[in-house]
Amino acid sequence: MNQFVLEMKNITKEFPGVKALDNVNLQVGKGEIHALVGENGAGKSTLMKVLSGVHPIGTYTGDIYFDSNKCSFKDINDSEALGIVIIHQELALVPELSIAENVYLGNEQATKGIIDWAKTKKATEKLIEAVGMKASVNDLVKDVGVGQQQLVEIAKALSKDVKLLILDEPTAALNETESENLLKLLNTFREQGITSILISHKLKEVLKIADNVTILRDGQTIETLSLQQTLINEERIIKSMVGRDLKNLYPIRKPIIGEKVIEIKDWTVYHPQLPDKKIINGANLHLRAGEIVGIAGLMGAGRTELVMSIFGKSYGKRITGKISKNGKEITVNNVGDAIHHGFAYVSEDRKEYGLILQDSVKKNITLANLKGISNKLVVNPYEEVEVAQRYKEQLNIKMPSIDQQVVNLSGGNQQKVVLGKWMFTEPEILILDEPTRGIDVGAKNEIYKIINDLANHGKSILMVSSELPELLGICDRIYTLSDGLITGEFLKEDANQETLMASMTDNRRAHV
Amino acid sequence: MNQIKLIINQNIRKFGMIIALVGIALLFQIITSGILLTPLNVTNIIMQNSYIIILGIGMALVIITGEIDLSVGSVAAFIGAISAMLMINYNIPVLVAIALSLLVGAIIGAWHGFWVAYVNVPAFIVTLAGMLLFRGLTLIVLGGKTLAPFPDGFRTISSDFLPDYFSNGNVHLLTMIIGIAAIVLYILNECRLRKNESKYNLNQTTFTTFMVKNIVISAIIFIFTYILAIYAGIPYVLLILLALIIGYSFFMNKTVNGRHIYAVGGNKSAAQLSGIKTRKVTFWVFVNMGVLAALAGLVFAGRLNAATPQAGELFELDAIAAAVIGGASLSGGVGTVAGAVIGALIMGILNNGMSLMGVGIDWQQAVKGLVLLSAVAFDIINKNKAS
Repeated sequence: MNQFVLEMKNITKEFPGVKALDNVNLQVGKGEIHALVGENGAGKSTLMKVLSGVHPIGTYTGDIYFDSNKCSFKDINDSEALGIVIIHQELALVPELSIAENVYLGNEQATKGIIDWAKTKKATEKLIEAVGMKASVNDLVKDVGVGQQQLVEIAKALSKDVKLLILDEPTAALNETESENLLKLLNTFREQGITSILISHKLKEVLKIADNVTILRDGQTIETLSLQQTLINEERIIKSMVGRDLKNLYPIRKPIIGEKVIEIKDWTVYHPQLPDKKIINGANLHLRAGEIVGIAGLMGAGRTELVMSIFGKSYGKRITGKISKNGKEITVNNVGDAIHHGFAYVSEDRKEYGLILQDSVKKNITLANLKGISNKLVVNPYEEVEVAQRYKEQLNIKMPSIDQQVVNLSGGNQQKVVLGKWMFTEPEILILDEPTRGIDVGAKNEIYKIINDLANHGKSILMVSSELPELLGICDRIYTLSDGLITGEFLKEDANQETLMASMTDNRRAHV
Repeated sequence: MNQIKLIINQNIRKFGMIIALVGIALLFQIITSGILLTPLNVTNIIMQNSYIIILGIGMALVIITGEIDLSVGSVAAFIGAISAMLMINYNIPVLVAIALSLLVGAIIGAWHGFWVAYVNVPAFIVTLAGMLLFRGLTLIVLGGKTLAPFPDGFRTISSDFLPDYFSNGNVHLLTMIIGIAAIVLYILNECRLRKNESKYNLNQTTFTTFMVKNIVISAIIFIFTYILAIYAGIPYVLLILLALIIGYSFFMNKTVNGRHIYAVGGNKSAAQLSGIKTRKVTFWVFVNMGVLAALAGLVFAGRLNAATPQAGELFELDAIAAAVIGGASLSGGVGTVAGAVIGALIMGILNNGMSLMGVGIDWQQAVKGLVLLSAVAFDIINKNKAS
């Protein structure tokens, strides 16, 4: 009588100071693909952690029914025993072990503690065939691509007799073909009666493949929509996710563009480990005051490598080419030089390259310009507090206090801290590498406003992004990069997604 | 109320260490029926642990940078041997010999720093090699024998006390004067900080808390100097220690370079991309450790009045334990100089207290091991609870 394979009822989960989940309900039908969407921090991952037993029974309130039986999971093993398998965004594979070893890791095919390798390999072969992999079971996981690694995870899930497969952002790191294949695989699973829950930011994917979609916002279930109805489109889902219409995601700005500030000529960069591999090939570009310039390119085109090599040769070897500022050639051999000449670089990976997570907000903000709050190398703690307060207000960073550790802030607020840090160095040229990656829609809008404001104050902005609408939305001019080569330059008026994409995939080097 | 709870939670490690120190001291004071805190024994504890405190300070910096130094015991022994050779065999004046010894320490630190910072060899390996290398060189310099005795002037730094110019027999007057001067300086500094806070419109603690804090700390300084004064006064080595503690605390908390050390240990890539010369920072932290290891070696040799081939064995582990008990995290970016000093004192009082009780060296080792483990476990359990 109950067609739901999974029912989560009135789930409430509190962390110190935050209600992460507030009476959330989720019903998943047997054999369906159920999408779970919401902004960052909406509670998707927390809900899945409750379901899989990462947050054990007793740490939350509410009930979980799986196949109509009430569940009380104490840890992941309990949920896996019932066939609930979660594949996290960060893959849980051991790179130095083979595919076969990884698939049966923790579930070794052994008799009396002795592993039966023949059996393991044979079983793995069957599994990877089922997921459409062509690799050998003896290949090390580190040697296969990210897309294949994802498949190894799925094969591992299959080996556990999976009934409910949960995928957290499975296509985030995949290219289009790989994503396509993965989605096809989910379809095959649906035919075999395996239920999937798909957490994704890519609404196109969701619309394409899911049967139903549940939308979470601020820890609450907003609604569950059936996608069999043709009326549902992306706008409809976004509206529900953000709770308002988002017409002006890209704030309007009237560019006041000044003189040429930076000119980069014949910029060539080699790979740091493979000395013969050219990563950037004779790039020429320039930036004007008050101008926002975008760099578009596919993954691996060399976007980050280009901007990092400009920022004090932080990437690459045997770098040649010239940088001029205001018409005069400058030497930028290290980050110190770069900062001295007015460059700032906001990394695409703020946790790894931007922030000291365990340090306070104020210490992170002042890090790149401690001299600015020091008198003869002695830091003035009071000025530090003033500076931090100033950026907190200016950038609207939401936090209880500037002594808060940045690790406890949301992605958007962390990004604002990084921006604050670089704004305090009073740069003339800001290089922003994927400034809105992993940030929810509301915070994105605020970041765009900050970028616009900086440009209006005469700063030059160089922005890398893999989201074309974003580049088209806020840049004045866009360069396209393909395989280390600048293949095009477009004014905003002349560009659209199609022309950019054509230029980004223009693989000239292959023809040479 | 919640505010207070938050402050206590955030500082539990800091307070926890002080509470543990006081608790252990009181415990042994009771068990040893009052011998632990007699003037003679307090002086002893300071002098016995001076070299571990010195090493602990240097080790705190190394650990905050995210590195480790296993060589400090061997380096201390090697410097002891070098200084003995210079002073005893070659009759070089004491001050010159001390300067040369510290210089050799700096060179050894630079040697380690070079491999760690510029060649990227893990510090564990570099300093493990250093531990073997300098132990071997110590044996070579000493020819496997003990060199003794040192000239009188040298022993002063580790064994003598400030002279008393105003002696009245019972109480060491100069010591009391220094103690009172310290109290006055402390209060003046606190007033200056308070004035600054109001200048910058920061939340101030209430006047009552301010007064209570000043009175408590002044009382502690007064009692401590009094205890020293009724024995033999302030030992020279205590002056060295105080200078190091105050100097390094100031350096780590208040200076740009100190903050860079925390940043490098906290996230090397982020520090580098913020314009910090991470290699240089790491290099100089090791040079500093070399100099402090040399100083510890000199103090130890002076106290023993001999340079022996076995000097400084296991000092590296005591120094690491002191820094870690004091809150330093081996993953880098976290720790304090004051914490390392408290850590060293906790271990020192444990040693001393158990010796007074007649507990053998065997059990002392075992207890110290358990204390180290529980201090770190306590910290980690606390952190897990918080997250």
